[in-house]
Amino acid sequence: MKKLLNTTLSAMTAMIISFNANAAGSNVHLESANTDITDEASLQRGAKSFMNFCSGCHSIELIRYNRIAKDLNISEADMAKNLMFNADKVGSKVFSSIPADDAKLWFGTTPPDLSLTARAKGTDWIYSYLKGFYTDESRPYGVNNHVLKNASMPDALWQLKQDKSEKEFEQDVRDITNFLDYVSEPVKLIRYDIGIKVIGFLFILFILSYLLKKEYWKDVKYGKWRAKD
Amino acid sequence: MDNNKNWIDQRFPLTKVWNEHLAEYYTPRNFNFWYFFGSLAILMLVIQILTGVFLTMHYKPDAALAFASVEYIMRDVDWGWLIRYIHSTGASAFFVVIYLHMYRGLLYGSYKAPRELIWILGMVLYIALMAEAFMGYVLPWGQMSYWGAKVIINLFGSFPVVGDIIVEFILGDYAVGDPTLNRFFSLHVIALPLILVILVFLHIVALHTVGSNNPDGVEIKKNKDKNGIPKDGIPFHPYYSVKDIMGVVVFLMIFSSIVFFAPALNGYFLEAPNFVEANPLKTPDHIAPLWYLTPFYSVLRAIPPMFGSQLPGVLAMFAALLILIALPWLDRSKVKSIRYRSWPYKVALTIFVITFIVLGWLGMQAVTPLYSLMAQIFTALYFAFFILMPWFTSIGKTKPVPERTTEH
Repeated sequence: MKKLLNTTLSAMTAMIISFNANAAGSNVHLESANTDITDEASLQRGAKSFMNFCSGCHSIELIRYNRIAKDLNISEADMAKNLMFNADKVGSKVFSSIPADDAKLWFGTTPPDLSLTARAKGTDWIYSYLKGFYTDESRPYGVNNHVLKNASMPDALWQLKQDKSEKEFEQDVRDITNFLDYVSEPVKLIRYDIGIKVIGFLFILFILSYLLKKEYWKDVKYGKWRAKD
Repeated sequence: MDNNKNWIDQRFPLTKVWNEHLAEYYTPRNFNFWYFFGSLAILMLVIQILTGVFLTMHYKPDAALAFASVEYIMRDVDWGWLIRYIHSTGASAFFVVIYLHMYRGLLYGSYKAPRELIWILGMVLYIALMAEAFMGYVLPWGQMSYWGAKVIINLFGSFPVVGDIIVEFILGDYAVGDPTLNRFFSLHVIALPLILVILVFLHIVALHTVGSNNPDGVEIKKNKDKNGIPKDGIPFHPYYSVKDIMGVVVFLMIFSSIVFFAPALNGYFLEAPNFVEANPLKTPDHIAPLWYLTPFYSVLRAIPPMFGSQLPGVLAMFAALLILIALPWLDRSKVKSIRYRSWPYKVALTIFVITFIVLGWLGMQAVTPLYSLMAQIFTALYFAFFILMPWFTSIGKTKPVPERTTEH
């Protein structure tokens, strides 16, 4: 019985570890984004970069300015003064400033909303994509992308790439990626902490339930429910 | 208190029901690990219904609003994210529990006489649960919701003559769209849960009529003491109720680890493409149902189209599911439990478990010639388990089954 249990459980564990359901498809090599959602400074810098370089064209309409302010410890006044370019109220959702019809005319497509990109494509994808622009005169904006072939987006971060050292630029991209990871699932900031408490509680409950079971089963082992003969 | 009890008992058989199903329901004393999963399945049903009630309060079954309403639950509803993750993890956890529960049945021959009807009710439950899960997966209206629904529903279109009519009937339209979402919502929150609850009730009534099987596969009712109590039986309550509480707590620890630390479980429980809103004009590179449906999806893909029709694959898929119902009659062995079975059954069961897992894995992969071939081989093995069962359960030497349970 024990053997059976062991084999079954280890087979299941091996299954979970070795199968990677996300691996399907993509054959582009992605660099590891190496982001850390608990790094608040990085998230704040990411928010700043996003609002400055991305929010002109891309919305993150599933989140509101005041939620970002609250979660990243930015005061609402600072938020309104420095980071809100496209809205008047801190309670508004983060919309891009570009009108959708114009965007379609100028870029051939409406720039997608980025609220869930980190969940749909992964942080490594975002990081590699943002770093993946290279000069290609055949494209309308003079650039192409290693990760997304013939992307219709210009290299919005070219100025950072030009002015900063490679390391600083990588950090900027990492911060934006980190911020988008946060935007895709704001509760990621708190669910780990809650999870540890929940499992701690359940662990204590387990000890109690084990002792309760043991106490009752004394009847079965030695007491009135011991098997006759 | 006693007066109150009398008052109720004169009008409703409260004490009788309590005794018959709990306090004086005699259960074999030798239950092991595998016997936790029945009560855990009930726990999952309750969790899914409770979280579902709260999700329904905030969800919008409208093709234009559904996707955003799920994210609204994830972001703006107080604790909505937790309720939603419990529900989405719960769907997969429910199937983990059900698959282990069914495997227990295979291990100890729980489907054999006199428990055939419990097995059949269980199989109907399993199929209803698949339908429930499939429709639930459509509701978030992501790319996989949409395209998964499209692929699965179009299967019915392969039936000659009536195919198109069936598809139109299911969709409520000519393509997957708002009417489909609306009716799936209705079926997911009302019709199927109601059917599931009724079936669970029947499953338990049937079980309590014949009594539980056990790891030794002996009938404890054959050995009773002078009071008519099985010698190897103990009252379900309090002994198994306290034991099951312990099982529930351990299960909840594992369950919470997923809910809080890896709710998408690397794409197994929440597929990444489903975080993109459904777009009828953009087919995803790779469409795969969630893991609990993939063994049957593999069988479907393994059978090549014949005469320009997908029908053979569709029939094979349904056959793979329905053949499980025949199990009690395919098994010709005199003994129930794996402990006393002959070696051919042990070998066959091992191959079957591997087959089922490999088919499940293949169902998640994009088709390549090698995977196609593998799917065909393992589909053949899957059916071989059932077709050859009357033979391999009747050969080989079984060990003598004891009169009484071994742990007493």
